[in-house]
Order: sequence, then C-alpha cells, then structure tokens
Amino acid sequence: MQLALFWIFSILMLLFALGVVFFRSPVNSAMCLVMSFVALAALFVTLDAYFIGVVQVLVYAGAVMVLFLFIIMLLDLRSEENRRVKISAWVGGGLVVGGFVAALSHVLQSIPKLQAIKPDLSNPAVNDVAAVGVTLFRFFNLPLQIIGVLLLVATIGVVLLSKKELK
Amino acid sequence: MPTLANYLLVSGLLFSIGLSAVLLRRNILIIFMGLELMLSASNLSLVAFSRFHLDLEGMPNYNAQVLVFFIITVAAAEVAVGLAIIVALYRAKQTTHVEDLNSLKF
Repeated sequence: MQLALFWIFSILMLLFALGVVFFRSPVNSAMCLVMSFVALAALFVTLDAYFIGVVQVLVYAGAVMVLFLFIIMLLDLRSEENRRVKISAWVGGGLVVGGFVAALSHVLQSIPKLQAIKPDLSNPAVNDVAAVGVTLFRFFNLPLQIIGVLLLVATIGVVLLSKKELK
Repeated sequence: MPTLANYLLVSGLLFSIGLSAVLLRRNILIIFMGLELMLSASNLSLVAFSRFHLDLEGMPNYNAQVLVFFIITVAAAEVAVGLAIIVALYRAKQTTHVEDLNSLKF
C-alpha cells in the first residue's frame, strides 16, 4: 500500500516537473511547479515528516508560487513563445543530465546499505510539530534568530530593489 | 515498503529535471523555477535520510528536519530577492530572455 502511494506521488511529481521544463508558456510552467510541490509534500508525509509537508504546502505551493504568478502577470512575456529552439543546447544539456542520472543509478545499486527498508518508529503517533519545535528552540536557537534577521534584510532589500529609480 | 535507494533515486531525478530546466531553457523565470526544483530535491533526500537513520529511542533524526526548515526559509527569501531583481532587470532591458542580456559580453 505504502509502496504504491510512494510511486504514485513520485511519478506525479516527476511528470509535473518535466512539465515545468517542456511547456512553452511560463504560466503553464508555474502551474506545473505548484502541482509538483504538492506531490512532494505528499512524499514528505510518507516519510512521517508532517510538519515539513505542511510547511512545504504553505511556503512553496502558497507564498512562492503566488509571487511567481504575480511576476509573470507583471511582465508581458508573449514574445517568448515564438522563439526557435537551439539544438546544440538541448544536446549538451541532455548529455550532462543523462550522465548525472547514470552515475546516480550506478552509485545507488553499488551500495547495499541503501536497500534497507523503512524501519518502524518506536512511537508512530508522535507529535511531529512538537518534536521539531523542541529541537529548533533548544539546539538551534541562535540560527533561528539569525534567520529572522535574514528575512528582515531580504524584505528591506526587496523594497529597495522595487523602488522606481535605483541610485 | 519503499527503500532508501528509492527515495534517493526520486530525489536525484527531481534534481536532474531542475538542472535540465536551468541548462535548457532561456527564460530567466523558468531558470529560477529550476533552481527551486533542485532545492526541493535536496530537501527530499535530507528528510529521507532523517527517517531511515533512527536515533537510540527509535525516532527520526529531527536535526535534519530543522535543517530542511532553514533551507525552506532561505529559499523563500531567495525567491523574493531574485524576483525583485528580475523585475528591475525587465524594467531596464525589457526582456527576460538570457541571450538578450549580454551587456558584459565583449
């Protein structure tokens, strides 16, 4: 049952990710990206990482994608669709990607430890959010503060960049 | 039950699709989407390692999930700044096609 769900969501995620690459219109690509992120959140749930799955849907499928769609709407990208495709770029890119996938599958087959099936949790009904929160605030408190400052700096930077005239 | 190799294979395939989006497409917005796909692929392999490497009490390693949380936060900030730069670039050059952005080319 879990294996079937894993493959269904993996194949959905990879197909929608391929849609991002192969659709000509940026709006179609952005929509495929949303679906790919939702399927990825389902994969996080099969790994018992409920908190990360929820954050994935909230941040990526919600905030980031709305931002992408706003920008696509803001820029007028109609001239993009009738550009011709460069064959040499596709051959070179295909070679790099194919080499990467071949090396990866060779490594995965050559290490027997990776064939281990998923071990059972000692307490399957654990409160995942509480456990992540305790780890975050007890052991990673300083990085959490720093990431807050980073978000503030990013916000100020975006406001500065979006001003009418850059000085 | 899926094995760790399954998860790593799917994560690697997602990474290579993101890489192909960066290499093959010439629209800067699609290149940015490819970067997001590659970041998500790394998140998937981190969570898979955390779930398959249980600690002494038989629970997942939550340090990895905290790292994924930080990666998602930084990625959100990166998207905001990157898209603001793309909008500023579009205002200056009226294009999002990377081959038209060749001011540094001799």
